[in-house]
Amino acid sequence: MEIKVLFTILIGTIFINNFVLYQMLGLCPFLGVSKKLDSALGMGLAVIFVMTLASFITFLVYKYILVPYDITFLRTISFILVIAALVQLVEMVIDKVSPSLYQALGIFLPLITTNCAVLGVAVLNINSGFLDTDLGLLKSVIQGFGGGVGFTLALLLMAGIRERLELAEISDNLRGLPITFITAGLLALAFLGFAGMKI
Amino acid sequence: MNYWQEFVKGIWKKNPILILGIGMCPTLAVTTSVSNALWMTMATTMVLVCSNILVSLVKGFVPGHIRIPIFITIIATFVTVVELTLNAFQPAVYKALGIFIPLIVVNCIILGRAEEFASKNSIILSVFDGIGMGLGFGVTLFVLAFVREILGANKLFGLTLIPGMQPSSAMIIAPGAFFTLGLMLWGMNYINSRKKD
Repeated sequence: MEIKVLFTILIGTIFINNFVLYQMLGLCPFLGVSKKLDSALGMGLAVIFVMTLASFITFLVYKYILVPYDITFLRTISFILVIAALVQLVEMVIDKVSPSLYQALGIFLPLITTNCAVLGVAVLNINSGFLDTDLGLLKSVIQGFGGGVGFTLALLLMAGIRERLELAEISDNLRGLPITFITAGLLALAFLGFAGMKI
Repeated sequence: MNYWQEFVKGIWKKNPILILGIGMCPTLAVTTSVSNALWMTMATTMVLVCSNILVSLVKGFVPGHIRIPIFITIIATFVTVVELTLNAFQPAVYKALGIFIPLIVVNCIILGRAEEFASKNSIILSVFDGIGMGLGFGVTLFVLAFVREILGANKLFGLTLIPGMQPSSAMIIAPGAFFTLGLMLWGMNYINSRKKD
């Protein structure tokens, strides 16, 4: 039974409530890093990793520090600091453990702190009422992971399209951001089809 | 003269959304109605001006290598103040804007202005810069919300426009937001290219 609930959360956050194309979170990196397919992949992997980890840690911080001491109004400040510290830590660990991966992800890691999908998922985990349910921690982590995968999916689709758009003949005024937004709109329209999925 | 320039540059020449292309998430997500857009503008401008003042005050003695965490903490503090105030006095607005109130922290406009402007300029200039940027943000949000509320909900400021007409619900959700902003950017590029000729 629980497995089904967890699976629903995972599929739901990847396809139906896609972070970028439905909830409109994480648009800055979505627009900024979607010019090339390989850098989009690197950014996507880094975001999946940080979002999963951030969901895990912020949930614990909220449940075992903020709630017992009745300081939940510090939610925003504590979450952003946790995320900033986490990103810094991940950056240092990757640099030590795998310099080649660091080379590939290096420039994207600092950008993740200001990716609103990361803070967004941390706040959403609290708002979706996972706090008092069974397996709340696991649900949060799955929502974080699913959100990251959904972000990566949208980013990769967009990068693939934009690589081709570079070669297309477009009116000068539409080049760059305007056509990217219109393409994103079409993608979002296509993703609406997933809302009819029964799981 | 200088003050006036710092004030107006945010509205067109350095419009944070249309020219610099930052702060997209709240722009697209909260422009489902004009009132949401106005409240979001007020909240963001409030945080922007306050953080600009404080960043400009502490610019002398913040060590360079830890300035970003300090700026983020300052911003998060003011966001919490705005969040609690809205929750206390305008609970309906707080509910409608949802997670996009705490997400003001990661709005690149605010950190961008702190880093680029307030940490290098005097307090008064920073205030003008903050208000101007907030206004530029607000104007863009207003236009987007105006179009989307009319087409997507058949309403304006919450009042029904044409009774009995079925609005296009795609405009109120994500696709409509992307299309409207894409067309707006196109129009702006068109106007700018005409100016050059």
